[in-house]
This record gives sequence, structure tokens and C-alpha cells, in this order.
Amino acid sequence: MIPSQFKAWSVAALLVLSPSAFAQDEDVFAQYREMFGDDNPADLVSWDGEDLWSEARGPKNATLEECDLGLGPGVVEGAYAQLPRYFADTDKVMDLETRLVHCMVELQGFDAAEITAKPFTSTGEPQTDLEKLSTYIAGASKGMPVSIDLDHPKTKLAYELGKKMFFYRSGPYDFGCSTCHRQSGKRIRLQALPNLSPGAEDADKVYTTWPGYRISQGSVRTFEWRMRDCGRQQRMPEMTFGSDIAIGLITYLAAEANDAEMDAPGLKR
Amino acid sequence: MQITLNAHRAWLLAPLAGACLIAACSSEKTPEAKTAAAAHEIPGAHSAAHIDAAFEAALQSSFHPKGQAGMDRLERNDMQRACSSAEGPSTEVAQAIMKAAQENVKFPADGNYLGDWKAGKALASIGTGLQYSDDPSIPNGGNCYACHQMEPDEIAYGTIGPSLTGYGKLRGQSEEMLKFTWTRMYNPHAYNACSHMPRFGDAGILTEQQLKDAMAFLFDPESPVNQ
Repeated sequence: MIPSQFKAWSVAALLVLSPSAFAQDEDVFAQYREMFGDDNPADLVSWDGEDLWSEARGPKNATLEECDLGLGPGVVEGAYAQLPRYFADTDKVMDLETRLVHCMVELQGFDAAEITAKPFTSTGEPQTDLEKLSTYIAGASKGMPVSIDLDHPKTKLAYELGKKMFFYRSGPYDFGCSTCHRQSGKRIRLQALPNLSPGAEDADKVYTTWPGYRISQGSVRTFEWRMRDCGRQQRMPEMTFGSDIAIGLITYLAAEANDAEMDAPGLKR
Repeated sequence: MQITLNAHRAWLLAPLAGACLIAACSSEKTPEAKTAAAAHEIPGAHSAAHIDAAFEAALQSSFHPKGQAGMDRLERNDMQRACSSAEGPSTEVAQAIMKAAQENVKFPADGNYLGDWKAGKALASIGTGLQYSDDPSIPNGGNCYACHQMEPDEIAYGTIGPSLTGYGKLRGQSEEMLKFTWTRMYNPHAYNACSHMPRFGDAGILTEQQLKDAMAFLFDPESPVNQ
């Protein structure tokens, strides 16, 4: 498998980089990413997603080609750059992953609980269908500006919930998103920390590069995964897939990245 | 980007305190009410009270217990509550937080602040503990290196907290300095109301012995922190 080749590469790459190279570079992974050139293992996952989109599957033996991601049934290009958004048919604000589950249930007859019981792959396992589809659809917004419309009261409320969660501190470590992400130019061990507080500029580069291929995990990770895993490290209970807080955080960060150019799937440490 | 953000701020300032919009706030919507709201086409703005209520409900529905992380972890004490906003607490509240923290520090029963610097060094690099993915039978780490520079030779250090390189060499081992440092580790809110650092003693993250070991890593003249 290609991913394991990349893992072998990463070991070789880390051996080559001397400590002084680490010290000189704020983000050693930037050098590492450069070694990939234009290649991103996420492309393989994206191709799988493209196949899945048009494959008749599920109890209803239907494709996803009638799925409305916000720009009309079947429109994939540019859809991710405008998500999360309010959907009248569900009367909910939905992000890409939640909307995909909705389509898989409505069009193909899959069981929502079954999909969301394990939305993300474990390291070393094949990517889930949801991850494949998400990678493909996000990639189809490459080069397009993030455009989150907060005019609908529910979208605006999602944004406000996300912003509130950003500053919410609780649990045995007193952590919130803001613990690591409210200051500029900081890092955790060697990893640079983006400032994601309201108005800070780092939301642009963060938001536009998810989903991304996580080199250290050999898997593509999605934005829902990113939110859940930050919560885990904050010592919170597990964040529920597609929950109001998950959608709120994604809406908040996406809106903070408005007008930035989508560049997913990204290549992550 | 800038325009959008300014627009956000404008909505925040919209003087709608206490007055929820029908479309956004009513839980039971009649078709008439929906139509009425749509007809007015008022863009979404929410009062602080409405956002707070929606947030509390969202919080409870958005998480589920897993492993050692129960729903109680979403509850907040006074300090957490006061430090959960961009603005932070008022001066009076900040002073109350610091006072309460200082009053609740438990100093080592045997009066001895310094343990084994080697154990402290190990502790400084361990980032696990109290996550739902962690084994509760394994002692929690201190993860000092996530945020602090310590040994001069260790390059993988974070910068959220100040550098602690040469800590003991620069400060000596007076009783006052030992007590001050113990307090900062036990409950950093004693000196900084909304410190980002965990309350390693007060919240029961590290044992008294682990705190002593971390102290030794900072103060022991043999510790690589002081070389």
C-alpha cells in the first residue's frame, strides 16, 4: 500500500534532518511537506471518493448523484467552500460530513447510526466511506473562496455557539480551544499553533487545508475528526459526530476563514 | 475576510438584548410564525441570553461519556466560568480567583519540596493522562515540555509558557522560592487568574511525589535544567 511507503519515507526523512535543522525551522513539517512536492497521498482517497459518489450502493441501490450539498442536486464543484450552511429540507445547519450522512440515508437507504458509530478510521485501517467522499468533495472546491453566509439565523447561531465553545474552559485540565489557539506565534513542543480567536488571520490557512493527510497517522483526517480530537486532548468527553457544538465550531472557523482560497486536501504533520 | 468579520461584530452590537427573534428562538414554531419571520427577512442576530441558553442545551447534547471522561467534565467551577471569555474577568473577580487559589494550596506534609530530578525529567515529557484514550491505571504525565523550555539541549519545547531553563540556578533554593514555585505548580491561578496552565496539584493531576519530582527537575543543581 502507498501509505506505508510514505510512512517508511517519513522515518527516513526524520533521520536525515539534524537537530540543528529542527532548531532553525519553526515548522519542520514544512520542510517535510516540501519533499512531497505536488504529491499528496490524500489524492488516492479522493479518487476512491469520486468512484463512491457515482456508484449505486446501499439498500436502495442508488448513487449519490442526486445529493444536494447546497448548490443543487449533484453539484459537487464549489459546494464545500460554502459549507456549513442552512438546509431548508432538514431545517438544520449542516457541515459536509453531516450532509453526506443525510444523503447516504435518504438516497441510498443506509443506517445513520451505523455510519456515525465509526465515522473516522483508526490508524492503519482503510479510510471510511465518509472520509473518502469528504476528501473528494472538499477537493472539488480547490481554489475557490470560502464563502459562509451567516444571514440565516440558524447559521448565525451556529457561529455564535462555536465562538462560545472556543473560549469554554472546563474539565480537570481547565482547557478550552483558546488555551492553545488564542495567541499568535506560539507552539506546542515543535508544532506551530494557529491563532484561531475571532479576527485572527490563522483561520484561513487552517480551515482551507482540511480534510488533510496526516503523515504521522498515515490517514486522511476530516474537520469533524479534528474537532473531536481537540476535545479529547482537552480532556472532554467525546464530541458527538454532527452535534450542535461540532457544527458550531466548524461554522465559526469556516466563517473566520471567509474569502480565503480552499486548498484541501492538505498535507499535515 | 475583514469585511465579513466586521459584519460579525456589527451583529454582536445589534441592540437586541432580551428580545429573541421568532425565527431563531421559539422552540415551537407555527407555520404562521415561520412565514411572518421570513416575510420580515431579518438577518440572524441573537441576544446574549438566547445564545447562552442555546449553548447550554447544545453542550449537553453534543458530547457523550467515554472511558474515564464523563459528562461532569463539562461543568465549570468559578475560575473556569470567569476565564471562559475573550475579555476575561473583572479585576475584582480576578483577585478573588487568585486569593481562593492561594488559600487552598497544600504544601508537602513533610516540609520537603524536592524529590528525584530524574523522575521529574521523565514526567516533563509525558503528555498522557485523563484523556478518554488514556489508561487510568497509568500515572498521569506533567507534559511540561508542551509549553516550557527546560533543559538547554532539548529542542522540542513549546512556547505557551515562559522558559524555565536554568530555573534553580537563577533563583536559588530559599524557602520562599520553593513555596512560590510549588504554588505555581499546585494552582497557577494563585498568581495569574486565568493562567493557561493546569492546576497540577489542586485538580489532582499529579501526586505530591510527582510534584516534588518536577520541583527537583527545576531546582536540583544536578538537574540538566541547571547546566
